[in-house]
Amino acid sequence: MTARAYALSDGNSFYCSCERVFDARLAKVPVIVLSNNDGCAIARTNEAKALGIRMGEPWFKIRDMCKAQGIRVYSSNYALYGDMSARVNAVYRDFSPRIEIYSIDESFLDISDVRERDRETLARDMRGTVRAWTGIPTCVGIGSTKTLAKLANHVAKKNPELGGVCDLTDPEQYDHWIIRIPVGDIWGVGPANARRLEALGCDSAADVRDLDTRVARKAMTVVGERLVQELRGMACLDLETVAATRKGCAVTRSFSERVEDIATMEQAMATHASRLGEKLRREGLATNHVTVFFHTSEHDRHRPQRSVSTVVTLPEATNDTLALVKAATHGVRRTWKGGYRYSKAGIVTTDLTPLAASQRALPGLGQLDREMGAALMEALDACNRRFGRGAVVPGAAGFAPKREWSTKFEMRSPRYTTRLDELPVVAAA
Amino acid sequence: MQIIDIAIGFPMPLPLLAKPVRAGFPSPADDFIEEEIDLQRLLIVNRPATFLVRVAGDSMILARLFDGDLAVVDRSLTPRNGDIVVVDIDGERSFKIWKRQGPRISLHFANPRFPEYRLAPDALVEIWGVVSGSVCARRRCE
Repeated sequence: MTARAYALSDGNSFYCSCERVFDARLAKVPVIVLSNNDGCAIARTNEAKALGIRMGEPWFKIRDMCKAQGIRVYSSNYALYGDMSARVNAVYRDFSPRIEIYSIDESFLDISDVRERDRETLARDMRGTVRAWTGIPTCVGIGSTKTLAKLANHVAKKNPELGGVCDLTDPEQYDHWIIRIPVGDIWGVGPANARRLEALGCDSAADVRDLDTRVARKAMTVVGERLVQELRGMACLDLETVAATRKGCAVTRSFSERVEDIATMEQAMATHASRLGEKLRREGLATNHVTVFFHTSEHDRHRPQRSVSTVVTLPEATNDTLALVKAATHGVRRTWKGGYRYSKAGIVTTDLTPLAASQRALPGLGQLDREMGAALMEALDACNRRFGRGAVVPGAAGFAPKREWSTKFEMRSPRYTTRLDELPVVAAA
Repeated sequence: MQIIDIAIGFPMPLPLLAKPVRAGFPSPADDFIEEEIDLQRLLIVNRPATFLVRVAGDSMILARLFDGDLAVVDRSLTPRNGDIVVVDIDGERSFKIWKRQGPRISLHFANPRFPEYRLAPDALVEIWGVVSGSVCARRRCE
């Protein structure tokens, strides 16, 4: 087998970089992006990091500081980030036909066919093209395994003098960096495993590489053995170029304000259920049971706490919104207790099956009318595609102005690339 | 990446030829039915690098870019003499005409009623993209 080579390319402070592409005034100033419902900081530019904003820091804790320091703060704009991600990946595809989109801002590329001495040039060319075409700055790491590519990417990110590219398939580079990377910075090694590896006397990635595979397996199961192999340059993980069929699906949201009455809770759950139905239908999947949950917030420490999770079984697998809404509101009614301030609710399914291949219930014993259901859902989805998500919802989800618990986007930038009425405006003056 | 849908609303295929097919002698015109005119392909050559922006102001009217138009901006193009560019000057984004004389590059308005554009000598200039097309609604929706 010929030696493989993988590149991992990812966007630097991706969400913040997306904001910067469309607002020229953000170029040199600190920028952060908050998670759903403005919970916490999930993307920071270097300027914001330098001011001490940590990853995952809750918004309410840094609000005053951001104001004082002039940090520009944005709610997440997933329509924009998703579109920019698709553009960046389209550029990657010009450089390698085999790519795995690992997350919204990270992709693995198979570059085994590129000659060793050309790999770094390719990576720099790709980086330059992505920057020019989309405006997004990236870093590229190259390695003979995915784990090493990820390590190389980490090195490129932490060492600006490398110009955003690090190639660990170059033996000299490999020997130089592998002894300098702490155990906790290796892909897939969380704090618990880092402690286990340190207990085995490992300080650096090189020490982990040199472990006896049996010792590694004992400490970290088969994952540890694979890690050692990958660090040695023996690929155990290939690209997942085809999106794996979903095993589960969840729709959960924090309320923008606490919910204390059952009507609002039922409305919220009905909306989550219809969103779930939409997601399942898009992939032709179905479920015959859903878990409905809601709970109070640990931030309300002085208040009574309650957490509910209940499984509602459906007569047969379905992705019909109306059936899912019925199940969801049933779950709420069955478990509701007033006197609490609920902060979050959601609906989760596991064991998804393709709708077409699922077991049917007997007619008259819970069998759903799939033909009529499918036609109705098709019309529903078409309306929502055309007029925007949530344009048509089951009555149980309530009328638009009343859906106060839907996601908070107080500081979201315009959806510059996907909405005609939100396009960037450029001055001709 | 749905920029296409945004460009001109829903795709609008315009059949070049459409004749009912009859039994018997095949229509000689059928051989010529090949493709449909796709306005999006006309406007957007390099999709990942192309962005739509709204024009605000009258400084480009001589270049036939009008207030309220949609400008199609391709970031993969290198400016050539006379191109309309989107340019960031000290953090302000605007349209300008890009001109080169020998090694000297200059930026201009395209409106006789505007004064000559003067660039501050220490200004930070970065080209954001080159305008490759525009969409001008001749009859606005009521």
